Amino acid sequence: MIRVALPPHLRSLAQTEGAVVEVDVQGTPTIAAVLDALEREHPMLRGTIRDHNGGKRRAFIRFYAGSEDLSNDPTDSPLPPDVTSGAQQLRIIGAIAGG
Amino acid sequence: MAKVRVLVGTRKGAFVLTSDGARRDWDVAGPHFGGWEVFHVTGSPADPNRLYASQWTGWHGQVVQRSDDGGATWEAVGNEFAYDGATGTHLWYDGSQHPWEFTKVWHLEPSHDDPDTVFAGVEDAALFRSADGGLTWQELTGLRTHPSGPKWQPGAGGMCLHTILIDPADAGRMYVAISAAGAFRSDDGGETWLPVNAGLRSQFLPDEDAEVGHCVHNLAMHPSRPDTVFMQKHWDVCRTDDAGGRWTEVSGDLPSDFGFPICVHSHEPETIYVVPILSDSRHYPPDGRLRVYRSRTGGGEWEALTKGLPQTDCYVNILRDAMAVDALDACGVYFGTTGGQVYASSDAGDSWAPIVEHLPAVLSVEVQTIHA
Repeated sequence: MIRVALPPHLRSLAQTEGAVVEVDVQGTPTIAAVLDALEREHPMLRGTIRDHNGGKRRAFIRFYAGSEDLSNDPTDSPLPPDVTSGAQQLRIIGAIAGG
Repeated sequence: MAKVRVLVGTRKGAFVLTSDGARRDWDVAGPHFGGWEVFHVTGSPADPNRLYASQWTGWHGQVVQRSDDGGATWEAVGNEFAYDGATGTHLWYDGSQHPWEFTKVWHLEPSHDDPDTVFAGVEDAALFRSADGGLTWQELTGLRTHPSGPKWQPGAGGMCLHTILIDPADAGRMYVAISAAGAFRSDDGGETWLPVNAGLRSQFLPDEDAEVGHCVHNLAMHPSRPDTVFMQKHWDVCRTDDAGGRWTEVSGDLPSDFGFPICVHSHEPETIYVVPILSDSRHYPPDGRLRVYRSRTGGGEWEALTKGLPQTDCYVNILRDAMAVDALDACGVYFGTTGGQVYASSDAGDSWAPIVEHLPAVLSVEVQTIHA
């Protein structure tokens, strides 16, 4: 079970009860596999984290695991063990907005 | 008794305002989709409980929401807007050619007779259609791939298709407007398109009479007169009486002919409304006075409507999709401001009162007249 922390806009869109959702990932846990599972469980999130076409990360989205920034890693890279064990959340972050 | 439902899109969510036919006391529901920009909320003429909303943020892109109970509850539907075939290019700010890139849905226009059929006008400019209540979207490619496409260019707000008019008596007849390309007409349900901009003049174009490149802000049509269309352009208020064959300027004695929305009275096809804005660099009303202007002669001669509207120190803007009329007698007129007020008139504009005064900046206003 992998714990994924969602940014506020996506919590309201997916109508989750809290900031963190848990997803089951089949096979090797990667960012792509986590997003596949997340979108299966919450179809309204399709297209809001990565593009429909090609799965490219949306520009203002970042992926963090603890202090590690995974945003620019290949999305098929294995996730760190403390994320796959559930000890650490995979955090999906929206860039801060000014103004 | 009839009921009126005002659908309001704002920078931070959607609101549904309801009243009975007297239009004095209002119930305010929302925000729906709090924190998201809601470019447009509208209802199906065939089923007033079927609503569609365009929801967007810079972080997460486009979401389309659908309601089947008049806005009490919502369901996210399809948000994949894929250009069909070769993407092509349009004119970019620096004069180069730039590939079409989907950003957001500016306007949703449901069919007159099928609640599941709805059109979406998007940025970069293209027209999409859904026949399954918004679950899936298919592009009507004839518009984007028109030979004039490489000459279309974005205005400061992006290259958006923001207006869609459908003839209620002939679903094949449609008009759309694009900033900054101009107006286009289809006579075959959106398969093929004709630029209809003859007579428009735009000072910012090297050729002021160019076939395309005009920054049309909004179009309006009375359902009984599909050949007559009114236009608020970047500058100039215009009309055509031959389905876009030729436009004539009808700015007349307006204090400024810059503005965004334009509307037609629901029972008087020659009565139209605009909200003059000082200029393209100063998006606020002339003299700090919020005035709706009404013409009962289809343009040319205009009267200021001020009763109940702020006449000092008012510097809000009224965006292109933020004015609408109801179908009651007398005709109700509604508009929202970038200051978060939604004003209503239940006497065709003679007097006004705010329904709400402190919403986020209003992006769109639509009205449903619901007969019990």
